[in-house]
Amino acid sequence: MIAILDYGSGNLRSAQRAFELTGHEVRITSDPTIALAADGLVVPGVGAFGACMKQLEDIDGARIIAERVQSQKSLLGICVGMQILFTSGTEKGSHPGVGILEGEISELHAPVLPHIGWNTVKAPQNSKLFSGIEEESFYFVHSYGAQKTNRDALVTTTEYGADFIAAVEYGHVSATQFHPEKSGKAGASLIANWVKTL
Amino acid sequence: MLAKRIIPCLDVAGGRVVKGVNFENLRDAGDPVELAKLYGDAGADELTFLDISASVEDRSTTLDMVARTADQVFIPLTVGGGIREVKDVDQLLRAGADKVSINTAAINKPRLINEISDRFGNQVLVLSVDARRAKTPSGFEVTTHGGRKSAGIDALTWVEEGISRGVGEILLNSMDADGTGSGYDIELIAAVRAISSVPVIASGGAGALGDFARALDAGADALLAASVFHFGTFTIAQVKSELASHGYSIRL
Repeated sequence: MIAILDYGSGNLRSAQRAFELTGHEVRITSDPTIALAADGLVVPGVGAFGACMKQLEDIDGARIIAERVQSQKSLLGICVGMQILFTSGTEKGSHPGVGILEGEISELHAPVLPHIGWNTVKAPQNSKLFSGIEEESFYFVHSYGAQKTNRDALVTTTEYGADFIAAVEYGHVSATQFHPEKSGKAGASLIANWVKTL
Repeated sequence: MLAKRIIPCLDVAGGRVVKGVNFENLRDAGDPVELAKLYGDAGADELTFLDISASVEDRSTTLDMVARTADQVFIPLTVGGGIREVKDVDQLLRAGADKVSINTAAINKPRLINEISDRFGNQVLVLSVDARRAKTPSGFEVTTHGGRKSAGIDALTWVEEGISRGVGEILLNSMDADGTGSGYDIELIAAVRAISSVPVIASGGAGALGDFARALDAGADALLAASVFHFGTFTIAQVKSELASHGYSIRL
């Protein structure tokens, strides 16, 4: 069973349908018991970093995430759901994140923001998430991102003005700045790749 | 490289596609879900539904239509038309829309832009601007009622205000070019591109294959078109292939 963490942020319906295409049962939940028991936990998120963190705290989400990481159970952060896994964010003031990944989420260095649309990625050869879809494009919509994180993490980058982190694979923690659930066939392949690791 | 986006726009009312759509292999030309799937498979980078429902009853079917589309089509979906308050946005996003576009409601109440953006982030909010040539400082003014009435605002001033209040994208409709098939309004696109810090989607006037590259040359980040796709004048693949031949990055 795959759980999608419902903390009032993000378009959960699309995410649920996209993950159901893998043939797995998908439950939208804010219940810690279900979120902790799931084979994989998806952490979505839209809006501002600080607002998302506050909503996450309302369901004790940081503890759920930390417990899953500690017990080596997989999770996948998407968009702001990826950003909040980092140490901190600077959108509308400085905010602490969950801190599973090192690094700061700051405004992208580009003249036109938000970064909206389909962009290519540079994935490392041993990436599981991007296996077979290294040349594909994915759908991004964001103004903030991470430039660097833990040295031992597998980092996939995208260029918009400058390079930023498009995806991270770090132990049982995976995260994408783009929306795989909105990235057509390529996104469906990435979701299937992640589900295979569970 | 970030690809230039091609966005088909479907006019819908009462949960059905209105205005003729002329495709082979289409069982029901009025079914927005079937058309959305078809466009998604054909390479559309996003889809836009413009709800032109006149009645409240017809409008209530929109949410169900959005939900059914989002269940089956895994590319971004923007919905415009009839959004008057934050609650309308909340309902559309919950139904599965990724972005909403607002037009007249923002002219009547600019504060609505701040309210939506503060609640959901600027990335969900597209400001749709119906512009035409006029004797204003920039040479373009904002119109309402499908271009029939002047809103009494300079178009560039309005774009700047929209961005400062928190819109994440500009959908720029040329009322002079719309329906002519004589090409996008290059001057209007260039004028807005010069002052916009957010992406600009050009709309109105596409008729020939060369029109698309010319609009990108003028600075558009994305191109919206309706009739040329609905009537099968060009496929999305043909447009993308033409853009690629001009050196533009597109998603295959």
